[in-house]
Amino acid sequence: MLVNQFLMLGAVLFCIGVYGVIARRNAVLVLMSIELILNSVNINLLAFALRNGSADGHTFALYVIAVAAAEVGVGLAMVLLVYRNRKSIALDELAEMKG
Amino acid sequence: MLAADLLVAQNIGFGIIAVIMVVGALRVVTTSNVVHAALWLVTVLAGAAAQYVLLAAEFVAVTQVLVYIGAVMVLFLFGTMLTRARIGSEKEVNNKNWFMGVPIAVLLLATMLIALNDGFGSEELPADPDTLVNTQMISDQIFGPYLLPFWALSFVLLAAVIGAIVLARRD
Amino acid sequence: MLSASTEAAEAVFTSGWFLDHVWIVPIIPAVAFALIIFFGKRLPMKGSELGIVSMLATLAMSAAAAYQWVNRVEAVEKEVFVPPVIKAWTWWSSDGFSFGIGQHIDGLALIVLCVVAFISTLVQIYSVEYLHGDRRYTHFFASLTLFSAGMMNMVIAENMLQLILGWEIMGLCSFMLIGHWWEDGANSRAALKAFFTTRTGDIGLLVGTSVLFFAANEWTQKTLGISGFTIRGLSAWALSGEPSSTAITVGAVALFIACIGKSGQFPLHTWLPDAMAGPTPVSSLLHSSTMVVAGVFLVARLYPVFFEGMNILGTNVNFIVVIGGITIIIAAALAFVQNDIKKVLAYSTVSQLGYMMMGLGAGAWLPAVFHIFTHAFFKACLFLGAGSISHSASHHSFDMKKDMGGLRKYMPITFITWIISTLALCGVFPFSGFFSKDEIIDNVGHNGYNVFMIVGLVGAFLTAAYMTRATYLTFFGTPRGASAGEHHDDAHGSHDTHDDHGHDAQAHDAHDVHDDHSSHGPRESGKLITVPLIILAVLAIGSGFLNATPFGEKWEKLKVWVEPRAEVVDPTSVALVAHGGPGEAKSLPAAEESEEGHHSSPCGSETPTDGVCVAPQLNHAKFKWSKAALSLIIVFAGILISWFLSMQLYERKNKALVGLTQRNKLLGAGYKLLANKYYLDALYENVIVKAIAYPISRGAYWVNQKVLDGAVNGAGIVARVSAGWVYRNIDQRVVDGTVNSSGAAAQGAGSALRPVQSGKVNQYGALLFGAAAIGALVLVIINT
Repeated sequence: MLVNQFLMLGAVLFCIGVYGVIARRNAVLVLMSIELILNSVNINLLAFALRNGSADGHTFALYVIAVAAAEVGVGLAMVLLVYRNRKSIALDELAEMKG
Repeated sequence: MLAADLLVAQNIGFGIIAVIMVVGALRVVTTSNVVHAALWLVTVLAGAAAQYVLLAAEFVAVTQVLVYIGAVMVLFLFGTMLTRARIGSEKEVNNKNWFMGVPIAVLLLATMLIALNDGFGSEELPADPDTLVNTQMISDQIFGPYLLPFWALSFVLLAAVIGAIVLARRD
Repeated sequence: MLSASTEAAEAVFTSGWFLDHVWIVPIIPAVAFALIIFFGKRLPMKGSELGIVSMLATLAMSAAAAYQWVNRVEAVEKEVFVPPVIKAWTWWSSDGFSFGIGQHIDGLALIVLCVVAFISTLVQIYSVEYLHGDRRYTHFFASLTLFSAGMMNMVIAENMLQLILGWEIMGLCSFMLIGHWWEDGANSRAALKAFFTTRTGDIGLLVGTSVLFFAANEWTQKTLGISGFTIRGLSAWALSGEPSSTAITVGAVALFIACIGKSGQFPLHTWLPDAMAGPTPVSSLLHSSTMVVAGVFLVARLYPVFFEGMNILGTNVNFIVVIGGITIIIAAALAFVQNDIKKVLAYSTVSQLGYMMMGLGAGAWLPAVFHIFTHAFFKACLFLGAGSISHSASHHSFDMKKDMGGLRKYMPITFITWIISTLALCGVFPFSGFFSKDEIIDNVGHNGYNVFMIVGLVGAFLTAAYMTRATYLTFFGTPRGASAGEHHDDAHGSHDTHDDHGHDAQAHDAHDVHDDHSSHGPRESGKLITVPLIILAVLAIGSGFLNATPFGEKWEKLKVWVEPRAEVVDPTSVALVAHGGPGEAKSLPAAEESEEGHHSSPCGSETPTDGVCVAPQLNHAKFKWSKAALSLIIVFAGILISWFLSMQLYERKNKALVGLTQRNKLLGAGYKLLANKYYLDALYENVIVKAIAYPISRGAYWVNQKVLDGAVNGAGIVARVSAGWVYRNIDQRVVDGTVNSSGAAAQGAGSALRPVQSGKVNQYGALLFGAAAIGALVLVIINT
């Protein structure tokens, strides 16, 4: 197996995730796209771990999974709160930060 | 050679799973039904777990299945149900400026593919690595040199748990 | 002498259970905090009893430990180094770094520990009545208790990390306590301001700790076998002649920046007066005797580092002294234009902290620490007195001009305690402030910092004057506003800090009852308020005699008890950790007799051979009545002039004086400068914050326009942007370049940049990833 086949798979997933973050309007879908990005990172970490024969990549892949779980928890709680206040989770309607 | 045969099998496996993952990922970002998107995401995540096994990372693969497919997906489905009155497709899931995403994603992808091709070319993964990473090594890492990030992570999780409760609480 | 020293080498240092177990002290209030949070509301006194009991326990323990320390110190000769009582455990270790936790108990730690425990106890007792019926009564006591735990943890800290832990707990609790009545916007703003300002300084703490660790760790590990975070390790390293002057200077300056933030020194003092928005007991505890003292304590704790880093005895001007001196004068000047009695006290605190810093900066270590000690008592007394007035006489107003005056007849106990503390603050013999402040001024001059001695004397004059003004406005003259028995809603609405927070029915009843007797006019406060006041007033007189230099060496107790002896000691006695029981420490017989029989130690001035030092040798000025008389005359002049002016201004309404600031242009400008607090707030908010946001947003705007409009409009845009830039420049120069114009410029720029700040998450994401893609592309092109 080539190193590159895994890295390129990661790159493709990453870019699909980036597209999702930019294009999606629904907050839950944006969170899913972020999950895609995080998974592509994990694939890279593990590919390099195998290539270098070290356990560092595994450790950090686990950390990424844990952080992702935390992020989803808080993100969905925020989405829920926004929904409760505005009856909508469309991100383009949330422009309170407009300068 | 046995090793070569195995590698062929692995390559075929990788190809199939990779295609499923890419298709799934594309559906996640294009489908207009939030529940469908979540289910497509499950296939991508499961595919990722399979790739981890190919990369000789069983422990991470198992964690991926437990945490992502088990917990995170349930969260997503709950989030969907709690925030949407009707389960089904929706018209406006995309932004008005959604097309902005295409050139940016393509540009990123092109850059990365060029860089990867340039950097790793046809470098092989070691077919028979000297050290196979096992769970014990991972735990030695976590509770050894990477204890500090582990602590930080514990605090992040604690904060996330408290934060999620505070945010979602009705009062 | 030599024989005495050899004998001392075998001297056995006594210890005791309390001294060995001081580390329990911060744990008691920490446990009490948890109990109050979980069970407080169900207890008969809503959790306050837990807080008070824990404080009494800590007070008893620290007093017992102090007693045992005194025994330990007095058992040996005066020239013998008394090793601190150290316990250390490994907190955690990771990849070769290990961090300890434990206690480092010496005279300094114990004196501050006792003060903190004592003041906390009194403040909690006082709060029982002051906050009676408050909506978040239980939470208040919980935060107060945790705050004390944080401070105590910092005081006994064995290493810098433990110290930072306590320091940050305090920062958090001060935020909670200042913002206790957060329903009022001003209060939550003040809490945020305090938090952010001290956090700004805390960057210095982290930087300084890291710099010192990386500079010192190798040496401390090699010589002492302890980590470079430990306080004794850093002290010994600083005096070893080993460190490069750059590293230690950078470390000392960075640490001092943290002290500037925490101790309200110029130019980060602005948070302290605003923080008076919190309940009065909080002001008394946090902003007179504990939290703000943390910065001073840090300087005193790591004194060798500052001593070497700032070259304290080698120059006649350094960073610490300058900051301290500036703080004394500007804060004292600001106190004159305040009408809020608590703000006068707040600026007075800032100014007194300036004295402590100046003293430390000029090598007057012991007087500065002594001033921490005396200042805690009389300032706490003044704050609690102000609270007593607002609680019982002026209907929760703190405005001296509107709602006070003539209160001495109605509140005799508050009045007498106030006068005693004021005299102590001004430094009148024989009140405690005299002994500490005069000694600071004296020693600053003695160590060659003559300019700053004059600054100190001017500060003493100003202190006497503004305190006289405040006293006059509060207690003399004719009663005004609420203290004249008027019940005006105005004061209620705008100054009320107490009772519009009790929204539940019970508190509302209490509030009504309250109104009833308030409308009968001023009266003396209840026992729970006056008793702490009396105790503090007694200490405001008495505490000075612990180190009464005028009466000869016999009276200089603190010099023996608290000041670390600058001796060369065997490294093992410094490195002493948990297993080293009492008595194992050895002093080297290094005491050399100089010609005139004056004991001298090489510590601080030259590199110690065969051994280490943990404290520099400092000089002590000899007390002279002639010098003291000069400062006393200055103080009395301040009191008399201010009294006369106050009487003319506020009572007789002398035509020549009233409205002078409106008529005289120069005085008017001065008044305006003071009333606007030197425009420092405006500087921070309008100039610094916007100066950082402005170039960034301008750059983003430029890129955005380039990307969107491309080359076609590029030239036009560049022309327009540069034209706008020239316009703003000229505009700035025409309008006198002060705060207003820069604000206007920032506003103009802001409105031009508004489109970028669309507030849409997706667009931000697109910008982010687009920028990342372009950046990556550039890297790839460069590298291939």
